[in-house]
Amino acid sequence: MTGAEILIDALKKEGVNVIFGYPGGAVIPIFDVLFKEKDIKFILTRHEQGATHAADGYARATGKVGVCIVTSGPGATNTITGIANAKLDSVPIVVISGQVSTNYIGTDAFQETDMDGLARSVCKHNYLVQKVEDLPQVIKKAFYIARSGRPGPVSIDLPKDVTTSSLKNYTYPETVDMLGYKPTLNGNARQIEKLAIYIDNAEKPLLYTGGGIITAGAAEELDKFLKKTNIPIVVTLMGLGSVPSDNKLFLGMPGMHGTVSANYAIMECDLLIAIGNRFDDRVTGNKQTFAKNAKIAHVDIDPAEIGKNIKTHIPIVGDAKNVLADLYKKVKPREPNEWNEVTEEWKKNYPLKYNQSENSEILPQYVIDRISHLSKDDTIIVTDVGQHQMWCALFYKQMKPRTFLSSGGLGTMGFGLPAAMGASIAFPDRTVINISGDGGIQMNIQELATCSVNKIPVKIVVINNSFLGMVRQWQDLFWNKNYAFTCLKQGPGCPDKCKGPTEKCESGRPYFPDLVKVAEANGIKGLRATKVSEVDAVLQEGINTDGPVLMEFMVKKTENVYPMVPPGKSLDEIIMGEE
Amino acid sequence: MEGKHTIIITVANHIGVLARISGLLSSRGYNIESIIGAPTENPDIYKIHLVVKGTDERIEQVKKQLNKLIDTIKVVDISHSQNYIVREFILIKVNATKNLSEIFQLINVFRAKIVDVTKSHLTIDLSGPPRKIERFIELLTPYGIKEFVRSGEVALKET
Repeated sequence: MTGAEILIDALKKEGVNVIFGYPGGAVIPIFDVLFKEKDIKFILTRHEQGATHAADGYARATGKVGVCIVTSGPGATNTITGIANAKLDSVPIVVISGQVSTNYIGTDAFQETDMDGLARSVCKHNYLVQKVEDLPQVIKKAFYIARSGRPGPVSIDLPKDVTTSSLKNYTYPETVDMLGYKPTLNGNARQIEKLAIYIDNAEKPLLYTGGGIITAGAAEELDKFLKKTNIPIVVTLMGLGSVPSDNKLFLGMPGMHGTVSANYAIMECDLLIAIGNRFDDRVTGNKQTFAKNAKIAHVDIDPAEIGKNIKTHIPIVGDAKNVLADLYKKVKPREPNEWNEVTEEWKKNYPLKYNQSENSEILPQYVIDRISHLSKDDTIIVTDVGQHQMWCALFYKQMKPRTFLSSGGLGTMGFGLPAAMGASIAFPDRTVINISGDGGIQMNIQELATCSVNKIPVKIVVINNSFLGMVRQWQDLFWNKNYAFTCLKQGPGCPDKCKGPTEKCESGRPYFPDLVKVAEANGIKGLRATKVSEVDAVLQEGINTDGPVLMEFMVKKTENVYPMVPPGKSLDEIIMGEE
Repeated sequence: MEGKHTIIITVANHIGVLARISGLLSSRGYNIESIIGAPTENPDIYKIHLVVKGTDERIEQVKKQLNKLIDTIKVVDISHSQNYIVREFILIKVNATKNLSEIFQLINVFRAKIVDVTKSHLTIDLSGPPRKIERFIELLTPYGIKEFVRSGEVALKET
């Protein structure tokens, strides 16, 4: 068998049935095999970044490893953003890139780039395969590494001659044996016992959980634990969906754009039980004051996360599912107490709100609220990055794990559309809605063609405020309203030092670019709402149309995301809104 | 407390493993004082001796990050343990136009070796615990050191 044939056979043995990618000189041998392959569906994206995000979205929606294949040189470099994105959100993907033949490596050959060196700094692990004999073992290890422990991206760089040379006695290995890599799954029993005692004795315990709950498939264990202990819970962006947002104990997302109740709870609790998260700076705000009254327990599968950002009193290395199950057995039942009442008061007194009147401009929060009402529990929402992302986190009611996909750690604009394609391919029978801003959608707009050609029924919602809204918001609040290069309609005809949008800017071209036309040019239905009264009709028509649809909502340009904890400030210095 | 830490990393002998380790340290903002990678008695295993400066908390993070690498088998910080034999090697070129007898005395006391002599310079080699090397450099400095190269530290557990 040739290296290319071995690769495809190995992928099948790993359970791969969809591959995203883009061909090129160095990978023609692989694509030639793929062409004849019946069991694997190949999706030709329009850019390698799109392929990587699609594999990422597929992995986030399913929990399986997403796969993409690209060519050497520019093909490989175009995947770097997607790989880094998967790394920061611990998403299992395997990226296979072509490479020039081994005898050309290091000669600056055509379309040669040092993918081994590039990938090293953004991957969980990476391989450069130098001989075909190593290929089966490398693929086996790559998949094992990607999906085990704290998942992450693995890159395999595959020189062309490795894919064309033959191996006589090919067998795919059944097991992997790696000397140094053995993730710890079970938490230390004594530490778990200690934590249970802390929980029993705490007056004001608080759970703070993240994406690790979803990755570990621990939502059920978490639910059981909540029912037994009645401990209020805050959930990070990456963890949204792991607890139904209508759960009484759920206080919302903590951090910079978190809810008041979540942030106050962190500041007031006397025991903070962190599970499957990493005390990201967007959550902690000022680290000196973060949870200053609390003992902190940290459960994570990655030992390097414990103590990295915040000093921990009770460290537990282990898989969230196992640790939660063990902890459940050790902890005493707890009835809601005064502390629960306090948190419920906060929830009641500081609700998320927006003020949409019938005749004013559409508010972005309103659109997302309506999407939330029109969605089913298993609808998959895929956001892009920026203001709309935060509004989705706040106003969309997440009900199930793996139904809310968002680029959290890297904050990659352009993630939404391709990732939604990946999710939709994984679940063709479920509604997949990509919610993007007008900035982010333009970053990978070429993937409209992929949706169209492959009939991928993603419902694309563009929240269009003609600004890079999140940056505009910071300029508005902290940079003296100097809207430097954040207006996407800014051009030679604009005043020199524009201090924000006026009525005049609309003259000439109200829709730029005309996204409805862009959709139509790609053979996709395009819809637009400019008035509040049109929002529901557009959403209903869009969601109920077969195939891909783009819905553009022209929203108020100057709306800011609140609540907000200003950068570097303490979580209790939260700003509730403008008035 | 900011201090010098000698860390021994046992890794699987794969291509690029040294680059992986040095890349990890630079990407996380740690400064490497010295790094040596060399094969061991087992061809599948490679040992890297690393000297980095930092507070104990920071070094704890370095160790965790190093442990996280897939190729890493073991990470030991030997700075606080007594039962390691630590050695470093130095080649040092010193001005030999005057005070020769004093320099010879020093060489004798340190059991160093002269490996090259020219009209103007002596080249000396010495191996020993890092502190001995430091002291030797310090005592030779007044005579005029032209240049030296140090190997960086290697260590082996006593038992």
